[in-house]
Amino acid sequence: MKALIRATFLLFSVLFAGVSVAQHEGHDHAAGDTAHHHEMVATGAEAHAEHTEAHDEHATEKFNPGEMIMGHVTDEHGWHLWGHTSLPLPIIVYNTERGLSVFFSARFDHGHKTYGGYYLHEGKLLATDAPDGTDVHSATQNEALTAATWDVSITKNVLGMLVSIALMLIIFLSVAGGYRKRGVGAPKGLQSFIEPIILFVRDDVAKANIGPKYERFMPFLLTVFFFILINNLMGLIPIFPFGANVSGSISVTFALAAITFVLTLIHGNRHYWGHIIAMPGVPKPVLLILTPVEILGVFLRPAILMIRLFANITAGHIIVLSFFALIFIFGEINAGLGWGVSVFSLAFTIFMSMLELLVAFIQAFVFTFLSAMYLGAAIEEPHHH
Amino acid sequence: MLIQFSFGLIFWMTVSFLAVLFILRKFAWKPILETLNERERGIEDALSEAKKAREEMAALQARNEDLNRAAREEREVLLKEARDIRDKEIAEAKEKAKAEAAAMIERARAEIRNEKNAAVADIKMLVGELSVEIAEKLLREKLADDAAQRALVDRMLKEAEARLS
Repeated sequence: MKALIRATFLLFSVLFAGVSVAQHEGHDHAAGDTAHHHEMVATGAEAHAEHTEAHDEHATEKFNPGEMIMGHVTDEHGWHLWGHTSLPLPIIVYNTERGLSVFFSARFDHGHKTYGGYYLHEGKLLATDAPDGTDVHSATQNEALTAATWDVSITKNVLGMLVSIALMLIIFLSVAGGYRKRGVGAPKGLQSFIEPIILFVRDDVAKANIGPKYERFMPFLLTVFFFILINNLMGLIPIFPFGANVSGSISVTFALAAITFVLTLIHGNRHYWGHIIAMPGVPKPVLLILTPVEILGVFLRPAILMIRLFANITAGHIIVLSFFALIFIFGEINAGLGWGVSVFSLAFTIFMSMLELLVAFIQAFVFTFLSAMYLGAAIEEPHHH
Repeated sequence: MLIQFSFGLIFWMTVSFLAVLFILRKFAWKPILETLNERERGIEDALSEAKKAREEMAALQARNEDLNRAAREEREVLLKEARDIRDKEIAEAKEKAKAEAAAMIERARAEIRNEKNAAVADIKMLVGELSVEIAEKLLREKLADDAAQRALVDRMLKEAEARLS
């Protein structure tokens, strides 16, 4: 029940955040349109001047907390570091008509320009017929080509994930090395930190939920647990190359939940499917209602996995960032007020970060635990009463 | 914006997650889990072995006690038997000694009786002879004088008395 209330709250907060962003973008469009009119009468050189001016205008623009927060919790092509400095990341696009294009995100000039027949709009890569270097506001989307576009760019989240994966490989290969070296001897160093977690996943997650056949799911459960945990923790470190909101990205949680889903489909036995399609001992008329519900449940379980992880991690980030945003909102009113608020904001941020540290573990555990439960249900043998 | 399924991210996520899964399964989870299992088996074996050793120890002790008790019982039995045999032998010896003593006494008595009988017989013979002698002398004196005969008998009797004493 508590979880339900929390999920509802999170969903609402996410929706509200979405609305505020949408409003913000509406403003942007309006500003863009006026800029566009200016450019229509300006020559090339002047256009450049206009552009830098627009940039300056942007710099002195009022602080927009919605934009700041969304910028931090969503994915982006290129990694925004500070001010107008972004780390260029490779854009990899495959278009069934145009073929493969690979170039750096810097070519888009922070999303203001088109390049190679593509431009960025609201974090999405769209195809256009406009020549390179056209301002995005004058570029029109070629919908047929966009539909044929497969964007597999190394985005901020992909890079963040790769960093986490590299960390994971370093940690676990060295831990495995420790086991090879010391054999059954007492664990040492990192090994003794990781071992209790592995044992916890094995005994309290896998064995408890799957039963005697737990062993074949151990690699999956351990990888999922540590993947989520490390990405959660990395997301809390605000310094490059960490801080990407990987486990709070719905695409990532979707892929994770999909893997659990596929595993339950593969390993589901006759007993499992029998209970879904026709629950034994239930009268036929009731089955008419029950069977659709059960089938819906099969899809709902991974969907819940996906939403829970995404919402928890993203909500935590939004709250922490909101406390920071408060400093600047008050700071705009009065510098002294900003400093005053910063004390409270900092205290709350530290408190929230502690909470997030806990949530990082809890969510990794919950995802793994529920995955194990679903897998356990899928391979459960019929009880002989 | 926030809820945006991006194909690229899902693609990279799936590919890299599966890659990590396979790498870690082969090079990390397998050796780690195997070692952990091995260690647990080792601990279990050691514990069960210790238990077995303890049980063996207890069994050995019980057997030793049994042996001790049996030995003690046997010793008791042997001692009892020895005591019985000794008592019996002593009793027999006593019995035999008593019987022998009785026989010896009996023999002594018989001898005494025989000697006495012989002595009595001797005395009877002597008394007879003396009677005959007295009678002979008496007869002779009687033939001479009455007074003399009487005197003679007195004298004869006195002589016989003296000889007998």
